[in-house]
Amino acid sequence: MDASGLLDLLRVAVPGAAIEPLSAVDMPTLAVDRDHLLEVSRVLRDDPRLQYALLVDVTAVDRLPNEPRFEMVYHMACIGAAFLTAGATAPAQASRLRLKVGLPADDARVPSVTGIWPTAGWPEREVFDLFGIIFVDHPDLRRILMPDDWEGYPLRRDSPVQIRKDAASWSPLQMTAEEFARNVRVGHDKAVKRAHPVAPKPDVQ
Amino acid sequence: MPELRSETMTVNMGPQHPSTHGVLRLVLEIDGENIVSAEPTIGFLHTGIEKTAEQKKWQQVIPLVERMDYLGPQSNSLAYCLSVEKLIGLEMPERVTWIRVLIAELNRLSSHLVWLGTHGMEIGAVSVMLYCFREREQLLNLNEMLAGFRLFPSYIRIGGLREDLPRGFHEAVRTFLDKFPAKLDEYHKLLTKNQVWLGRTKGVGQLSREDTMALGLVGPLARAVGIPYDVRKAFPYLKYETFDFTVPTATAGDVYARYQVKMEEMRQSVSLCNQALARISPTGAFDCRDFRYVPPPKDRVYTEMEALIQHFLLYSQGFNVPKGEAYVPVEGPRGEHGFYVVSDGSNRPLRVKSRAPSFIACQALPKMIIGGLIADVIAVIGSTDVVMGDVDR
Repeated sequence: MDASGLLDLLRVAVPGAAIEPLSAVDMPTLAVDRDHLLEVSRVLRDDPRLQYALLVDVTAVDRLPNEPRFEMVYHMACIGAAFLTAGATAPAQASRLRLKVGLPADDARVPSVTGIWPTAGWPEREVFDLFGIIFVDHPDLRRILMPDDWEGYPLRRDSPVQIRKDAASWSPLQMTAEEFARNVRVGHDKAVKRAHPVAPKPDVQ
Repeated sequence: MPELRSETMTVNMGPQHPSTHGVLRLVLEIDGENIVSAEPTIGFLHTGIEKTAEQKKWQQVIPLVERMDYLGPQSNSLAYCLSVEKLIGLEMPERVTWIRVLIAELNRLSSHLVWLGTHGMEIGAVSVMLYCFREREQLLNLNEMLAGFRLFPSYIRIGGLREDLPRGFHEAVRTFLDKFPAKLDEYHKLLTKNQVWLGRTKGVGQLSREDTMALGLVGPLARAVGIPYDVRKAFPYLKYETFDFTVPTATAGDVYARYQVKMEEMRQSVSLCNQALARISPTGAFDCRDFRYVPPPKDRVYTEMEALIQHFLLYSQGFNVPKGEAYVPVEGPRGEHGFYVVSDGSNRPLRVKSRAPSFIACQALPKMIIGGLIADVIAVIGSTDVVMGDVDR
């Protein structure tokens, strides 16, 4: 199915959704508003003429300083006769599709598609981790690649490439030369005591 | 007499466990020997390659992406280069395409050999590892011949290849390909009908067709449950449609089925290598000859002013890639592998995103190991063939 046929089908199936075709060199690309993302996704997966059963990847692009700043990108594929979605009787033509959702900088939240494609779980966590985009109704929205106590979202364009910061769980040993010598002496005395539990008697002449 | 208490125990498997392929940490809740729940924790190998790539020029990203999936480095660079070339609209001469096919298939063999060796060793067949690494060594020698670098050759470049094939490469590949099928039979003799191997792998870590597709698993994992999806057949790149090969499948969906699929894939790869090698002419083009993207030949650089300027520009400023985005997947050793590249029209990428098959496979681990035994966890991890460099990037 070509891009215009796909567009007509979606506009009929999801009335009210703002679906716009975008130009791309490699595959049909559609922009969808985030309020209708779930409905459009469900049609894409379940319609026997489309059968986009495989969600290939979920990612985001930070378009700073443009607005809308964030762009969610969903790649999906229909793999033809290799897999039919439930309820479909004949295979659809193998094809790929890219779906985009623009998100404003001050309200970067989007519904999670994990209910439609469970494979989106980790990729969405990754996008949350690296871009700080909130996925509404995600079952387990935590950081995944960065440490749990990391501040900021590294793949945002305004996040610095290098941060010079001491690790939080370790601080370098600070000690003066006198302290060091005293420490050694204490250790030495303890070792002597261990070796000779009874102090040697002083020599009496 | 006090009442017998039974409670589950939480065990940390990894991140230093030798059989977790690097630094995968699994938090397992076990009831005796049975797995009640499992949670993979990743990120120990996160090096921010995608962020680093945004600071580099287009051509400089190749060594970075090769270090993601470090067992199949050339499938990373191939996927990245195909995406960027799609964005630019570059057409490759046929000879470059055939050489790339040969390299991609040799790379698949090399990756599968490491998989088979470590998978066997983890389950207890230590000798398999020695056999597999013997052949992998020869493949690494081929890489060394090609680029002087055994693990990360960075030989595939945007716009073609780095240089022409070295002298004697044809003969070296021919020698390897002639000997390899007999070695493959050796592996089969060691494992395929081995009672211990069958006992450890049959019926372990099973997945259903529906779960596989819902979890986005493609590649050998999907083919082992009877989903004959192969990017090379469904969405051909590198003119794979002109090659004669089959997509091996199995239906059981367990560890043994994955083993069968991958073993047969190796045989198909040998056949593909033979076909590609026959098509590669001894001399000819090794890049697209479009000097906006690849450097002019050295003899021209030394004699012509324009060529020298172009050479200087390419190595100091790089080239600009038209505004837009592209995603061209390849069939990597672990399944569909692709790079989503976005350009804002400058000489550096705006975004480079790897679709990492290991990352997706890692997500599906709990589905495969919950309900099984703790000893089977290792067999399942081995069969999914996750590479932590690819998971964490």
